[in-house]
Amino acid sequence: MRTLPIYGTMAEFASAQDLVVAARRTHEAGYRKIDAYSPFPVEELADAIGFHKNNVALVTLIGAIIGGLSGYLMQYWIAVISYPVNVGGRPYHSWPAFIIVTFEMTILFGAIFAVFGMLALNGLPMPYHPVFNVPRFVLASKDRFFLIVFASDPKYDVVDTRQFLQGLEPRSISEVPS
Amino acid sequence: MPDHRDEVGVASEAANKVANERAPVIEPGHTFATVTDKISSIVLTRPTSNGWIVGFGAAFLVTMMLLYALGYLFLRGVGIWGINIPIGWGFAIVNFVWWIGIGHAGTLISAILLLLRQSWRNSINRFAEAMTLFAVACAGIFPGVHTGRPWLDYWMFPYPNTMNYWPQFRSPLMWDVFAVSTYFTVSLLFWFIGLIPDLATLRDRSENKFARISYGLLAMGWRGSARHWARYETAYLLLAGLATPLVLSVHTVVSFDFAVGIVPGWHTTIFPPYFVAGAIYSGFAMVLMLAIPIRKIYGLEDFITDRHLQNSAKVMLATGWIVAYGYGVEAFMGWYGGNRYDQTLLWNRLHGPYAFLYSMLLVCNIFIPQLLWVRKMRTNPVWLFLISFVILIGMWLERFVIIVLSLSRDFLTSSWGMYYPTRWDWMTFIGTIGMFLTAMFLFVRILPMISIFEIRQLLPEAEVKPE
Repeated sequence: MRTLPIYGTMAEFASAQDLVVAARRTHEAGYRKIDAYSPFPVEELADAIGFHKNNVALVTLIGAIIGGLSGYLMQYWIAVISYPVNVGGRPYHSWPAFIIVTFEMTILFGAIFAVFGMLALNGLPMPYHPVFNVPRFVLASKDRFFLIVFASDPKYDVVDTRQFLQGLEPRSISEVPS
Repeated sequence: MPDHRDEVGVASEAANKVANERAPVIEPGHTFATVTDKISSIVLTRPTSNGWIVGFGAAFLVTMMLLYALGYLFLRGVGIWGINIPIGWGFAIVNFVWWIGIGHAGTLISAILLLLRQSWRNSINRFAEAMTLFAVACAGIFPGVHTGRPWLDYWMFPYPNTMNYWPQFRSPLMWDVFAVSTYFTVSLLFWFIGLIPDLATLRDRSENKFARISYGLLAMGWRGSARHWARYETAYLLLAGLATPLVLSVHTVVSFDFAVGIVPGWHTTIFPPYFVAGAIYSGFAMVLMLAIPIRKIYGLEDFITDRHLQNSAKVMLATGWIVAYGYGVEAFMGWYGGNRYDQTLLWNRLHGPYAFLYSMLLVCNIFIPQLLWVRKMRTNPVWLFLISFVILIGMWLERFVIIVLSLSRDFLTSSWGMYYPTRWDWMTFIGTIGMFLTAMFLFVRILPMISIFEIRQLLPEAEVKPE
């Protein structure tokens, strides 16, 4: 990433409604490198900033398939190949008995992939981030809503972008130092 | 993520129609700021009260008793317990099944009620999940120590070893290892990801540097970005979808420990559904026993309202009847099946040496909970607390009856026997209750016991109108 003295321009709003409207307008105005921050999940917000698809479900599916397959194959390998125990001539490949552990492994790996996949895709843990430089940003985890246009956006200009955001009637506006 | 606000809206309209028929999920007048302040101040600014110190100290002493009892067990072996032939599974397995059942309510509240869009779950899911975690931790102790040789527990895990052996995956006991460890792991993940946004709130609000750094490390730099929330919501919903079949499977697998055996009283197909229903039954009783004092002490009546108490009571009533149906089917099958061993078991339950416990169990699990049909009982915290306590005793007795009574008299009269728990059995059992309470005391002191961001979602001001 280019190193810029400024990371972006941030506007503060008082309600989820205002933020969604502002985010939509910003996106419509042609800004693409934007993000919005809210103290609770707002369903419409991701759409408003043009983020429509996430890959968490795919990652979870991959994890679940890996878990299920490895669970079953492990039991097959143990019971048939590595350590066969002959109990009155019963079949070694007694698959109904293997279903439960296969199921549990599917759930376990699916869940682990869902959580760590989500964190990895989000780029967390990341204790430091330039947005934390804005003093009022502590309210993003309480009752305030923020919209940022990143300086890396091709349309970004310190003065113009500030003016544009001013037009959305925010509570406050500030430049984010990088 | 299901949209909770619609439902709250519908509920409030309905409430207007039928004047105050149902208590609200949150008392009116709250904003994002008041909700945040109210819940986070319990952790951040409220001074540690003397009551907390005394309660924590007492629970901690009881935990020390558990460690003493376990230490002596490891030194002397299981001979210090009351178990012997023919009853080789005594308190250890009774307590294991009881504790793990209690855990089920937490997952039911956090996962199943989320999928069913029951928005009232938002204010009780956090501490119900914590309860699950601590209950499963208590449960996990027992299978670990019940042979008296915990240093050999790793034999249960499949790993290449110099002994050249592998576990037997056709055994229900192996299924149990996988079910319980998966359950604990998934519960922990579910609880932790639910905490992340609230940890960020605490990080931003704590005055004290140590607290800010600790919460900050745990929050991992959460900043509430819309992209993050979108992925977060997907992951949360998927976890709920994975946890739902998981929780139903766990007590099913626990019941296989018995149902796959041939002992009369164990070998029945009704066990899996009736174990799961019983688990949720006892779990909700524990949720109420925790919620009622906590909401009183910390003044959280605005968030844990009478609606929550009523709904929990209704869940208990419903699952209680499934359990009653299970008892009925067991008795009917014993009689109608025509198997003399099953008939003997039934006779033993009603007239044998443990008949008193069986009738106690019927009183605690079936008769007394019928009080919950009365609305006044469902809204009265004191009565609910007492009924929940009775149900917890009843469910413990159920496990005792299933395990001990069935083993005490099987096929051959010559191998009949009795089981008398020793003081070490009691110390271990009561000790785990102390450990559970110790963990709960720490939890309410250092983590937000109600999910702050999910409560914000329930408020009318969270609504976004379509353009």
